[in-house]
Amino acid sequence: MANIIAVVCASYGLAQSVCDGEDLAERFFRSDHTNNWAVLVCTSRFWFNYRHVANTLSVYRSVKRLGIPDSHIVLMLADDMACNHRNPKPATVFSHKNMELNVYGDDVEVDYRGYEVTVENFLRVLTGRLPPSTPRSKRLLSDDHSNILIYLTGHGGNGFLKFQDSEEISNVELADAFEQMWQKRRYNELLFIIDTCQGASMYERFYSPNLMALASSQVGEDSLSHQPDLAIGVHLMDRYTFYLLEFLEDIHPASQANMNDLFKVCPKSQCVSTPGHRTDLFQRDPGSVLITDFFGSVRKVEITMETINLTVPGIPLERFGGEPHTETALAYVDQLPVAQIIHQKPKQKDWHPPDGFILGLWTLILLVFFRTYGIKHLKHIF
Amino acid sequence: MAAVEVEKQRGRSAAVAIAALVIAAGIPLWWKTTETYRAWLPAARISELEALQLELRVEVEVVFARGTLSPEQQKKVPASRMREQQQQVDDKTGLKFTYETRFRTATVMEEDALNQPTAAEADHALHTLTETSCGSVVIYIIPEASALLPQDMRVYVGRSRTALLRSQVASVVGAGLPEVLAALDPQMEQVLQTMSFNHQDVTAALTDRLRPGLSTRDSLADSMRAFKSSPGYEITFSLLNPDPKHHQLHWDVEAALDAYIYPLLHKMAPVANFSVDSQILYYAVLGVNPRYDASASAYTLSADSLAHVINPVEARLGSNAASSNPVLNFLLYVPDSLHSPLIIRNDQKQEVASNAFHSPRWGGIMVYNVDGAYGNDTQFPVDIAIDMSRVMGVFLSQLRLMLGFQQTGAPPGFVLEAAGREGVAEWELDRLLWSRSVENVATASASITSLAQLLDQIANIVINDNIAQQVASAVTALQAAVAELEAGNLALALEHSREAISASERAFFDPSLLHLLYFPDDQKFAIYIPLFLPMCVPILLSLLKIFREVQQHRAEKRAKRD
Repeated sequence: MANIIAVVCASYGLAQSVCDGEDLAERFFRSDHTNNWAVLVCTSRFWFNYRHVANTLSVYRSVKRLGIPDSHIVLMLADDMACNHRNPKPATVFSHKNMELNVYGDDVEVDYRGYEVTVENFLRVLTGRLPPSTPRSKRLLSDDHSNILIYLTGHGGNGFLKFQDSEEISNVELADAFEQMWQKRRYNELLFIIDTCQGASMYERFYSPNLMALASSQVGEDSLSHQPDLAIGVHLMDRYTFYLLEFLEDIHPASQANMNDLFKVCPKSQCVSTPGHRTDLFQRDPGSVLITDFFGSVRKVEITMETINLTVPGIPLERFGGEPHTETALAYVDQLPVAQIIHQKPKQKDWHPPDGFILGLWTLILLVFFRTYGIKHLKHIF
Repeated sequence: MAAVEVEKQRGRSAAVAIAALVIAAGIPLWWKTTETYRAWLPAARISELEALQLELRVEVEVVFARGTLSPEQQKKVPASRMREQQQQVDDKTGLKFTYETRFRTATVMEEDALNQPTAAEADHALHTLTETSCGSVVIYIIPEASALLPQDMRVYVGRSRTALLRSQVASVVGAGLPEVLAALDPQMEQVLQTMSFNHQDVTAALTDRLRPGLSTRDSLADSMRAFKSSPGYEITFSLLNPDPKHHQLHWDVEAALDAYIYPLLHKMAPVANFSVDSQILYYAVLGVNPRYDASASAYTLSADSLAHVINPVEARLGSNAASSNPVLNFLLYVPDSLHSPLIIRNDQKQEVASNAFHSPRWGGIMVYNVDGAYGNDTQFPVDIAIDMSRVMGVFLSQLRLMLGFQQTGAPPGFVLEAAGREGVAEWELDRLLWSRSVENVATASASITSLAQLLDQIANIVINDNIAQQVASAVTALQAAVAELEAGNLALALEHSREAISASERAFFDPSLLHLLYFPDDQKFAIYIPLFLPMCVPILLSLLKIFREVQQHRAEKRAKRD
């Protein structure tokens, strides 16, 4: 389509800028977003929920590989797997049997770990109502042109999701949180993926625009795990996320795969449960939504056509506001005074009178001597 | 018998006393202790904010130079005139544009200024004569034969708030004053739309209040590029040196910032606070491999691959993580000696003059080639001083785009004076102030109304005193901002709108407003029944027994009487 316009422009000899504008507009408006965020939450703890942590970390790896930086990912994990006493391979979390893929790696940046993963913190992150002392890495600083990916995994039921065995979030609260986000225009479009039992119940109550949701099972069905690893002793991943990961491995930042392909991931034959999706609140047609619109971070880029001519010869740079401060060469203080540590000459110490131990020792020796050999030798000493 | 009777009586009075205590003291106590503290909110004023009628008033001064009007026409020039345009954006938001125009003839000093050889000098001289207030526009009508403008140009817009408009009715002899004014009207309208605001800008600034899908594509591109109004911005300038073994780069960024960037930021101080820092990154590579083009004997980056450059670099950039303000990144990339020179090609495979590109709401990257500074057999590493004026020229134009100054699309026949060293012209700043004020007012009113709706809906949320105070001050500031916009005081309106938006954001995002308070009815029953049922059952049963006994007693008494 853009080619046709270019040819027509060339043949009619229209100004170049018009063609540029048309091309640019076409590329710009495939989607409305300028940045991408991801909120990945694993709501379980304890060793037997290994697979939920592996799920979340696998999605984290894919999202990072496709370009979303750590500063734009809020990762909430209980993070008690890698250094668990029962982990036969410490500092690793595997997602494939035979220990093929270590998803924990060297550069995982967990923003909320351990007991910080609570319903309250999750809702605070979504709605932005965090205390002012919260650091930047723990905040969701999205704006009205951000596409957000939200991934939840754990144990759930009909209308609720269990957080760390002690509390639960209901689908009404989640829908209200998304409405709060919409009121403040904290997202442009939002993709919600949930991999729990009866996951479809969690997106039943959504009512804000521009939401698309996927779940791994319908109401009344259980999501099943994929495969146990006999060496580690627990199930390593859930089926839906396993096949989702397989699908994402084929996606690269310039890929053109769209959401309809994502809806086909893990059919009933592979997943045993029936994955579901909801797109009625979404304004664009899912066939025109790229996977990288949510999972990756493809930036919109414009060439800078105008520059300001600042090179006026002969005019020196004026200082703005205040005299220039003189620059003194700065150097580090000697951090490691090696000369003082090795090749040490014995330092001259001040003389101290002999302390009690020496005096006592010599007194003992003298007494023993005179006892043995008689007191008559004493006059030879003194 | 009497003892039993006394016992029964005591029992009855005990039961009644307990029931009375429970009802009279217990229920109010339970109600009071389970009540949530809700401070009073000015609900009436908030509901007024839902329907927003914005009026924007521009003060225009039209000055007729000698030669544009005949003496009789000069005597009949009206002192002032008001023109209004009303528009309903959607069912809750209405706009009214008011142009208050004052006419006068030029003074002797202004005539001298207009006699300067070029338009730029005339504009400079006029600027020293008068002091224009923020938001106002001054248009000088110059005779048609004037040599200040080139032949086919009709309007010259200077660096401050003045414009020179070439009159086109001098040729019509005997034309009356109304015809002259009528001929000037469309041209003046065009000037005002360029220098102040036009309908698209204001509608684009109101997007927070409007339903999605109402803005045009051009304004959408502009709104995507510029950052939203925020109390502060953080700007980071980074130098990327992938090849320190060959290139030893020196950039005097502090002096360059002082000379070129800080004047612009100082002018924008009424709009937002800025914090600037800089860093140098070594061994930072681009994420894409440039291709060698033998025809240009240079490495090229095509426009499609530019989108993938930013992500790997961004992961390595450090940032000042103290505040939640948006960050603008400006990167200067000096290609390594193996891949020099590196040029950027656009879609039509042509070289880009600036060798730079930018990403909306993120920042810009410029590629600076240094291969011309040394030959093949120099002693590595080579000391290279970067020409900061060229670099800052590009960064300054990118910064202007990011901050909201639109690309200069001059209408035909207009000459817009480039901003030059100061970075931004006064009228461009005024344009930004208009759209920022409107945006702040729209966002603040949307926040307040949605907060009030949320607090209404959830009866269990605690509303602390500080939230009520923030809301009240936000409402007051909002009403003050709307009033100042009506009166035409742009600077004051911006200040009030900034107060309004910061108070409303603080109220909306207060950490205490978390509504983890969804109590379905069955949960409420589940909590209260084990507490109250065991207590209430004996009381109710004893009351019933008393009631039945009294009834029986009365029935006996009646039977006895008969």
